Amino acid sequence: MIKYIIRRLIGLIPLLLGITVITFAVIHLAPGSPTDLEEQFNPKVSLEVRQRIAHLYGLDKPLHVQYTDWLGRLLRLDFGISFVDSRPVIEKIGERIPITLGINLASIILILLIGIPIGVSSAVKEGAFYDRFMTVFVFIGFAMPTFWLSLILMDLIGVRWGLLPISGIKSLEFDKFSFFEKIIDIARHLTLPIFVSAFGGLAGISRYMRSNMVHVLKQDYIRTARAKGLKEKDVIYKHALKNALLPVVTILGLSIPGLIGGSVIFESIFSIPGMGRLFYESVMARDYPVIMGGLVITAILTLLGNLLADVSYAAVDPRIKLE
Amino acid sequence: MNKLVFLGIIIVSFFAILAIFAPLIAPYDPGQIDIENVLTSPSKDHIFGTDSLGRDLFSRMVYGTRISLLVGLIAVGISAIIGILLGSIAGYYGRWVDVVIMRFVDIMLCFPTFFLILAVIALLEPSIINIMVIIGVTSWMGVARLIRAEILSLKERDFIYAERAIGASDARIISRHLIPNAIAPVLVSITLGIAAAILVESSLSFLGIGVQPPTPSWGNILSEGKSVMGAAWWMLLFPGMAIFVTVMGYNLLGEGLREKFLKT
Repeated sequence: MIKYIIRRLIGLIPLLLGITVITFAVIHLAPGSPTDLEEQFNPKVSLEVRQRIAHLYGLDKPLHVQYTDWLGRLLRLDFGISFVDSRPVIEKIGERIPITLGINLASIILILLIGIPIGVSSAVKEGAFYDRFMTVFVFIGFAMPTFWLSLILMDLIGVRWGLLPISGIKSLEFDKFSFFEKIIDIARHLTLPIFVSAFGGLAGISRYMRSNMVHVLKQDYIRTARAKGLKEKDVIYKHALKNALLPVVTILGLSIPGLIGGSVIFESIFSIPGMGRLFYESVMARDYPVIMGGLVITAILTLLGNLLADVSYAAVDPRIKLE
Repeated sequence: MNKLVFLGIIIVSFFAILAIFAPLIAPYDPGQIDIENVLTSPSKDHIFGTDSLGRDLFSRMVYGTRISLLVGLIAVGISAIIGILLGSIAGYYGRWVDVVIMRFVDIMLCFPTFFLILAVIALLEPSIINIMVIIGVTSWMGVARLIRAEILSLKERDFIYAERAIGASDARIISRHLIPNAIAPVLVSITLGIAAAILVESSLSFLGIGVQPPTPSWGNILSEGKSVMGAAWWMLLFPGMAIFVTVMGYNLLGEGLREKFLKT
């Protein structure tokens, strides 16, 4: 097992290099230069000033030198300094990532808690009214634009009924609250964002769970279990469910980039100070160091998420050969 | 035919007709400002109401259909071309060509697509053409994987050996024999891809970095709707509904194609 993990980690190195190459290429080969922004504010910026700015960011060196310089700094976890507030990029991203990961983790748990039972019960009642009803529900979930759902919920629950706060992650008077009030306050602020971010994924997981379960229920060992007289409940929950659950691990790993990407939308709408909103603001401000850092870090997170999914899959399913 | 698939076909055709005949269907000019009728609720004159400049929401949405469908179709067209090209080359030539291309696919899949799109938009002007190209260039990986897998199994079949034996060129074998036989799963993926592209475009336009006003798109109308939230429900309800129903239509159609072509 440890050998497998080490080999997988070594296998990540070319992918990591590729991530940095693509990030670098996206920023440097596209038309428009990082120094444009500073020039936009003042069209009279002289050529000399322009060159000084370019020199400051190393933009006057050949591309491959720029790349290796940048890569060298990345290895020392130096992602550069934000153009906007001159703070280190790693610090800005570091304080935002826990919020985004926390919300995504909560929504994954919610997805599993609701999606798996839906999928299993639909599969058991394959073709019945309940199953068809759930199929329709799943299509609704797939088609629902996250930002529209957020807006409707904000309008109804937040503005019209005033039940939940609709912006930020804590109230203005947060510091005066007792410990429990603080927890409740954060929970109230995060209810809508977590619900919204779970909604789309819910459809995917329940659909996936259903087709796994339908497949497993047709296997020979299920017929054997029924033939030897086991109760239907035991057949479904002990024999079938365990086998149908395995591939869900992989799907969760694959859904990480989508979840992180989706955070841009709901974090912007609900004004949550997470990674997605930081990235969006940096894009609007053309804050290149933060954009590059954000791309590299989220891609690495995805890689690690996939690795974790593969390793746990191998750990729970002995049929997966580690060689 | 499955009822849901039938519903999908109806939805897709309905919006296609709206888009094609937009000038005939829209009762008003979508850019016509009327400051005496600002934010009026739906009525006989304006069946979907008016926006904050008094423009007729229904007409704007009909023209928005054009934009959303156009962006969706062309973006997916671009991604299909890239995906089919790279996927078939990887599958057919195998060995190091395959390794290089598929590693590239793996790397592209690591990036949260939405982040990649945003990063590119930061550098380019958010014009309609740029949006189509960016969505296309960041969403071809699934198609490439599908077509490669199909071709890997097809290329060992007898009729391909026969083609080689009579001296057909690689380009001819790939384009005339392999791709046509491998296209079914790609069609499914393309149909679902249109739905995804429409969602991405409307999200971008909603965030203000997609289709720019005054050109109407469902996403940027919703963005205006957000700023008058609580005062004009029609600005939130109708454009969102249009996105939702269209995406659902393409998803249903895609599922229908999957059942037809890929009975497993």
